[in-house]
Amino acid sequence: MNNKIEIKKLNLHYGKFQALKAVDLPVGENSITALIGPSGCGKSTLLRCINRMNDLIAGVRIDGRVLLDGRNIYRHGLNVPELRKRVGMVFQRPNPFPLSVYDNVAYGLKVAGISDKDRISQTVEGSLKGAWLWDNLKDRLDKPALDLPLDQQQRLCIARLLAVEPEVILMDEPCSALDPIATMKVEELMLELRKKYTIAIVTHNMQQAARVSEYSGYMLLGDMVEFDLTANIFTNPKDSRTQDYITGRYG
Amino acid sequence: MKFLGEKGVRRVLAGIAFSAISALLLIALFIIKEGLPFIISYGPIKFLLSSDWQPQAGKFGIWPMIVASVWVTLGAMLVGAPLGVACAVFLTEFVPRRVMGVIKPTIELLAGIPSVVYGFMGVMVLAPLIRSQLGGPGLSVLAGAVILGVMILPTIISISIDSIQSVPNSYREGSLALGATHWQTTYMVTVPAAKSGIIAAIILGMGRAIGETMAVIMVAGNAVKIPISALDSVRTLTANIALEMGYATGQHRQALFATGVVLLVIIMILNSLAGMSIRKKAGKR
Ligand SMILES: Nc1ncnc2c1ncn2[C@@H]1O[C@H](COP(=O)(O)OP(=O)(O)OP(=O)(O)O)[C@@H](O)[C@H]1O
Ligand SMILES: [Mg+2]
Repeated sequence: MNNKIEIKKLNLHYGKFQALKAVDLPVGENSITALIGPSGCGKSTLLRCINRMNDLIAGVRIDGRVLLDGRNIYRHGLNVPELRKRVGMVFQRPNPFPLSVYDNVAYGLKVAGISDKDRISQTVEGSLKGAWLWDNLKDRLDKPALDLPLDQQQRLCIARLLAVEPEVILMDEPCSALDPIATMKVEELMLELRKKYTIAIVTHNMQQAARVSEYSGYMLLGDMVEFDLTANIFTNPKDSRTQDYITGRYG
Repeated sequence: MKFLGEKGVRRVLAGIAFSAISALLLIALFIIKEGLPFIISYGPIKFLLSSDWQPQAGKFGIWPMIVASVWVTLGAMLVGAPLGVACAVFLTEFVPRRVMGVIKPTIELLAGIPSVVYGFMGVMVLAPLIRSQLGGPGLSVLAGAVILGVMILPTIISISIDSIQSVPNSYREGSLALGATHWQTTYMVTVPAAKSGIIAAIILGMGRAIGETMAVIMVAGNAVKIPISALDSVRTLTANIALEMGYATGQHRQALFATGVVLLVIIMILNSLAGMSIRKKAGKR
């Protein structure tokens, strides 16, 4: 399998606090890679390095490399908005814009300067279908997105992302605001999306990691303790700290 | 405060709040009581739409003053609204928070500059400039509009800043994560999300502009006539009351109170529009 992303010796400081310590992580193309670990270990921080969202936080220092298709995304002169079109992100709390369903999905196209109405409406339809929302919402495209139930909001955020045709989708605990049934639906969606996209997901829910991911990385206090096939991590971890966490003996 | 106890404190505060509110209500009632009978007996149409203001001859038409107030206020909005909103957007989205912490209190301080000082600047600097560059008497609609436009800047800026800052950061992140630039995010997501608060800021600024008296008396020239150009001298509703109340008696005095009623109604309408705009936003979230 090809590695779409390779993170190498990545250090990140929030001011004086080191949140990531020489982290290595490969993310295979068209697969789902899960990041697990206790709260505050740096999972979100690591994920947000892949689309350079940490650039927005004042006082962040990053060194090391993040290769996307073999090229460092922290190289000088890289166009960050272009990068973020290739590497999209789904957030923990669904965050649709206070616009209509249609305008939410069309947003990425407008940003890209596309104004062809037919093309936009085709893409909106295709993206909503891709996030399994079309049948629910096709008659309510002009409804405010914020009126939707949470799980539809979250899938709308996924649809909004699909519209810009990313190559990689980063998901930071995408189901933590959802109930179990909605969670299952999003997990099924992820398995479907994996066929076309490379996915990295942060999750607190170990069953979720076990259900959807091929590879998992276990993090602790900014270290990547162990990275392996998910099956190995959960059945036969090599590091005793991973074992403690998996078996619920952590803390 | 211990000797009063929780309940006691609440009663005292309620009493203070109640007396403050009733004082305001009484003032409003007094103005209406003095002014409304006059409007009815004189005839509302004649009062509002006739252009004859000759108190000695018993003629009380406030149309020129209404026109003057409208022009000066609209002019002030033309100056103040775009500048104020642009300033608020720039300060919230493109200036580091740390710097904002200094600038915002400074702007709010500007709101406290007495209007006579603005008027003074208008008389000393602006009016001569207009007179020499554009012609006319200098003291004019234009001078009033510019001075008022500057005076309402702090109101518009600080309320707009509040509403832009209250836009959840998750909207900005969502937009940036889709590959939008900072500027695209600002005008496509952040500002629209703050729209109702910004509109409220503009309406409140407008209320201030209509109600402002001292600065306008000083810079607008105070001639009772319908202006034909922006360089004409005019007298606004507020200026008229302030200039004549000192010596007015009888019907004349009632007519000035009636002018106050007209102002009160305009300001009340503006404030409820602003309130509606703010509430609409609250309902949407
Ligand atoms: N903006 C920030 N400024 C300073 N420190 C931060 C910032 N964001 C995160 N941290 C710190 O960095 C560490 C890692 O945070 P991060 O959010 O990546 O953890 P996480 O593994 O995602 O945790 P959770 O499971 O709770 O989401 C934490 O100790 C956190 O306090
Ligand atoms: Mg996190």
